[in-house]
Amino acid sequence: MFAMCADPKALEGLAWMLCYLTSGTHMLFYASFGTVLGLLAVTAPAALLLGFLGALAARSPVAPLRWIGRTYAAIVRGVPDVVFFLFVPIALDQGIEWLRSRVLCDPSVPVRQGNEFVVCAAAKMPLSTSPEWVHDLYGIALAVAAFAFVFGAFAANVLYGAMGAVPRAQLETAEAYGMTPRQIDRRILIPQMWTYALPGLSNLWMILIKATPLLFLLGVEDIVYWARELGGSKTTTYAYPHGDWRVWYFLALLVFYLGMTWISQRLIDRLAGRLSRGQATMAGEAMRKAGTTA
Amino acid sequence: MNECLQTIADYGLRSIGIGERLLPRTDFTLCQQFVLIGSGLIWNLYFVILSLAFGFVLANGLALAKASRNPWLRRPADGFIFVFRGSPLFIQFFLAYSALVLLPREGVQLLGLTLPTGWLTRAWAGALIVLTLNTAAYSAEIFHGALRNVPKGDLEAADAYGLTGWKRFRRIVWPTMMRLAWPAYTNEAIFLFHATTLVFFSAFPAIQQMGDSLYYASYFADKTFNPFVAYPIVAGYFILLTLCLIGLFGVVNRRLNRHLPGAAKRLRYRPNLFR
Repeated sequence: MFAMCADPKALEGLAWMLCYLTSGTHMLFYASFGTVLGLLAVTAPAALLLGFLGALAARSPVAPLRWIGRTYAAIVRGVPDVVFFLFVPIALDQGIEWLRSRVLCDPSVPVRQGNEFVVCAAAKMPLSTSPEWVHDLYGIALAVAAFAFVFGAFAANVLYGAMGAVPRAQLETAEAYGMTPRQIDRRILIPQMWTYALPGLSNLWMILIKATPLLFLLGVEDIVYWARELGGSKTTTYAYPHGDWRVWYFLALLVFYLGMTWISQRLIDRLAGRLSRGQATMAGEAMRKAGTTA
Repeated sequence: MNECLQTIADYGLRSIGIGERLLPRTDFTLCQQFVLIGSGLIWNLYFVILSLAFGFVLANGLALAKASRNPWLRRPADGFIFVFRGSPLFIQFFLAYSALVLLPREGVQLLGLTLPTGWLTRAWAGALIVLTLNTAAYSAEIFHGALRNVPKGDLEAADAYGLTGWKRFRRIVWPTMMRLAWPAYTNEAIFLFHATTLVFFSAFPAIQQMGDSLYYASYFADKTFNPFVAYPIVAGYFILLTLCLIGLFGVVNRRLNRHLPGAAKRLRYRPNLFR
């Protein structure tokens, strides 16, 4: 990056450190923090949407839909999330390739041949001719799907509980005013449920942040991958030889995550204050009594 | 059937190194998958039972320290809880492992004694320490919350009976604290149980392929390219054991609430996701 970094062997002390920390691989390491933040930005709304649909399905008057919603919300209670992180991407990948192979290949050839999963070249996903970044993006998309699936189930649980917590009297009053079920959902139930959902959702956000290093398990080149790569001891054949520095890299990751959760907690506390305004809850009542407009 | 009994004999205790050395390589039967994955559960149970036991004791101490007025007790407890609750367990495993391998191979010299260090980098010790500290932090937060919610009337009644100090704590405060904390603590125990599957996927190596249930499940899924058998088996085992765990904690809950009229209900596990 800097001109003086051209010959790392000649460097000493602070200059060496500066050049070391701005080397090409370190830039990739810093960029991978962006991957984590990007994953959070994509997964959180996707999970919320899935959770919302799951919660609505669980409350549905149609029995099969209700069973699907309830089962979906219940799966995270009994099964470790890591199992889903390992299962969902590979199952999804094989599902897509199987569907494509039924359309694009000779359907008489079975996909499972012994211990192999074989589809013809035209059905590969992504195509083996496609460039490297398509493969990377596909891998990340599968990871996002896995995260959204697991956290959608968590969110379905939280939102289902929150919908049940909205006082019955509110909904009955709406009925008395002649609103249709859809109007009640949209105008009364959904606006009021957020204050009940917030503690659960904020916890979920914290769990989601703390689950992001599991990207490493899915083969994405994330911060854990780079911390292991860069921290491992480097012999003198490398430009910047050093001993086993993994502990420092993981310490940096620890500090990064502590910062993330700390900032999140501050924001959540402020949001909780805003959502409690005008609500028929203890926090809302306390606010009304104090006469605050915060 | 007989074949399956043979498989159980060969692989039933494979995860702790007893039985056949080599894992099956081809022609995987359903029986082999059930047996090996079940054998891996030994590790999951080992981790969850021991870390819950040690963590429980530590968490009680931490909760009291956090509630203490003395800043020399409160600050360290606050810091410990913040660090372990604010960072991912996965990173904690990696950090602990990479720190433990830096210990000198030949052991630490202490007061003329040579203390061996190699065992600390093994999963059975290293991961157990991390899991214990982690659950201690989460449980301490739960216990601290419960301690703050002990009804004032209980304490006044204790005063009226002349109970003070340790006796008041042991006979009034602590049982009430446990009673209030128990539902959330059940939740934490389940989270911890599920978190034990991370051990062999983080830094700690499975020596001689002695791993936990998920380790064997992913072994089968990798070898057969078929995730639809091995992972559902793991999921089934975990659902069963989670139900057992809830049942066990429910028994304790009933005992803690036995003096309350109408409270002898079953503990309903509501996953409030406080983790």
